[in-house]
Amino acid sequence: MLLAVETLTKRFDDVVAVDGVSFELDAGETLALIGASGCGKTTTLKMINRLIEPDQGAIRLGGEAAGDVAAHEWRRRIGYVIQSAGLFPHRTVAENIQTTPRLLNWDEDRIAAKTGALLDLVGLAPAEFADRAPDELSGGQRQRVGLARALAGEPDLLLMDEPFAALDPVTKDGLLEDIAALRAELGFAAVIVTHDFSEALRLADEIAVMDAGRIVQQGQAADLIAAPADDSVEAMLAAPRRTARAVSKAFAGALD
Amino acid sequence: MPVFAEEWLVFPERYAGHLTLSLGALALGILISAPLGVFAARSERLAGPALGAASVVQTIPGLALLALMVPLMGGRIGFWPAFAALTLYSILPILRNTIVGLRGVDADVREAALAVGMTARQRVRDVDLPLAAPVIVAGVRTAAVWVVGAATLSTPVGAQSLGNYIFQGLQTRNWGAVLFGCLISAALALALDQVIALFERAAKTRRRALLYGGLAGLALIIAPALTVLSGAQSAGARGVAVAPGAVTPLEGRTIVVGAKGFTEQYVLADLIRRVLEAEGARVELRDGLGSTVQFDAVASDEIHVSIDYSGTVWATVMKREEPAPRAVMFAEMSAWLLAEHDILAFARLGFENAYAFAVTQETAAERSLDEIGQLAGSGLSIASDPEFFGRPEWTRTRDAYGLQDLSTRGMDSAFMYDAVKNGEVDIITAYTTDGRIDAFDLALLDDPFAVLPPYDAFILLSPQASQDVALLNALEPLRGALTSEAMRRANAIVDLERRPVGEAGASLYELVNAR
Repeated sequence: MLLAVETLTKRFDDVVAVDGVSFELDAGETLALIGASGCGKTTTLKMINRLIEPDQGAIRLGGEAAGDVAAHEWRRRIGYVIQSAGLFPHRTVAENIQTTPRLLNWDEDRIAAKTGALLDLVGLAPAEFADRAPDELSGGQRQRVGLARALAGEPDLLLMDEPFAALDPVTKDGLLEDIAALRAELGFAAVIVTHDFSEALRLADEIAVMDAGRIVQQGQAADLIAAPADDSVEAMLAAPRRTARAVSKAFAGALD
Repeated sequence: MPVFAEEWLVFPERYAGHLTLSLGALALGILISAPLGVFAARSERLAGPALGAASVVQTIPGLALLALMVPLMGGRIGFWPAFAALTLYSILPILRNTIVGLRGVDADVREAALAVGMTARQRVRDVDLPLAAPVIVAGVRTAAVWVVGAATLSTPVGAQSLGNYIFQGLQTRNWGAVLFGCLISAALALALDQVIALFERAAKTRRRALLYGGLAGLALIIAPALTVLSGAQSAGARGVAVAPGAVTPLEGRTIVVGAKGFTEQYVLADLIRRVLEAEGARVELRDGLGSTVQFDAVASDEIHVSIDYSGTVWATVMKREEPAPRAVMFAEMSAWLLAEHDILAFARLGFENAYAFAVTQETAAERSLDEIGQLAGSGLSIASDPEFFGRPEWTRTRDAYGLQDLSTRGMDSAFMYDAVKNGEVDIITAYTTDGRIDAFDLALLDDPFAVLPPYDAFILLSPQASQDVALLNALEPLRGALTSEAMRRANAIVDLERRPVGEAGASLYELVNAR
């Protein structure tokens, strides 16, 4: 087991944002945290890499407890991708990607090799993109650089917070494919926060549905669809179900 | 004669003083404000009070802030109080822009910085500061322009700066000198602003050419000051610290002579300089000083020799309100100065520079005025230097002669003679040694109750200087050497004939030598 999250709880003033969330993740596995806005999924994610410190609960990564190492060292072992990419605007694409390797004091050869390899992996030709500034990139390209930066330190775990929310459908589709390919290639485990069931379907081995700070149901997509645990899961499935019906009707007999 | 020939003579020293003050204050201002801004940007509890304090400092007029530093620093005058005030002055724009700049850094970028594994300190250095830099540098540029401008106000606290041209020029109505000081100061402000902008662009674009351009610009700014720095070091033997009673010749020693900011003081300082230089001393002038600044500086041995007036010391230093006859006042004052401050009231120069109510001959004839009491109920307007209306002698004069209905106007003494001549005001409190009384044919009104105090001019010697027999000997020829008439003529050379202070000083020096 790579990641163990035990009864994480976080209050903001009087509001309980996350209420006793627990789950486990094996190496190479992907879990999707899915739910409506305000259900606590992002807070849960940020507690995993300690951007938010939990009020209660424990996190273990690769057998080590979160409290045993300094927060910045803990974070260097975890990749993090957000909706806006959050690239450093004063640094080039290559410099952005090299941030964590430099913090880890890698030697220059290894850093250079890693930068080139990652740019290739996320589909940006190094010769063309390495020296560009972030404001010279499209939204999809920025997100790819953000992904490359998150993976540059060779993390065991990648956290993604709505990484596709700002992208158009075609760009999003390409990135989804690329992430799936990267996982196969690099073998990292991932937790992805999304409100989009189809993203969860395409990336995750398991889906955890959150509502009001708790995980109300966790399992494979088929289990959720077959036996929704409560109304919130049912509600979450309603829209995808309608889409699926329309899509399967339209593609009837013509899939692949 | 080439343009500004006289001004260029003293240029290196004043420019160097101005530049050292400005760059030093700006550098320290950055060292204080930038770290404070970094903390304050993330702490509302620190930001409010820090910005509040800096804003309050900013609302204090520059001249007052500089003058306040003198008593706050124990009577010290010259570079340090000016430096302290200018540093305080530079803080607000840098602090405010640091806070605004840091708060403007994108929240997602800041979060990403932590997420990729930076420590809080690394995030400040590698993300927050570079991204806030354009705003912070804009604040530094504002501060640079402010500080260079405000440094011209350091003359009254005794620091050499381009302000010496402006203050002396204003008082002696040498508009060329005023213009010269303003032009150089403005050019320096603009040049510094541009050099900082170049450095910023060099850092941002990482272009070496811009960096070298900035360095070259900075070198050009500093170069004119370097000529004096080498000279100043050789004149290191400052001060008159000698064993009490020991007679050391003045040869090669440095004596600091102070002067307040009006014509007569500039002329007398020039006279004293000539007298002391004739004995081989090296004289440093601190001119354009505020009245109390000068006194404090003498008390703390920052200035060795200056000229003051009995009535001034009586009212503003001793805080005595009741009048006293001329001889009594001088005797009491001398004893008090020695007892309270170890200051020696060494010798009376012989003339008095008192306040006298002056009107034009026309006004005098129209209203048949010959004494102050006849002004009661006239409703006329009276102008004086702002100091006068704050002194007890005005209150006393007003009450003694029933002058409550006169309308008062504070005015720089350089301008009031023209004002009364042109009819802008009806009465002025003229200085009795001013050359313009004769030139403008002003009538002086009698003071039958003797309410206006006597203003005997005398040499003030600092505690150390008063132990210095050689210095006392050198100054001895000045005792009783100047009549009011002589002083008035010397003042007229500057104020009316628009000739340099040095000429007036030389004329008095000849007079003294001829005795």
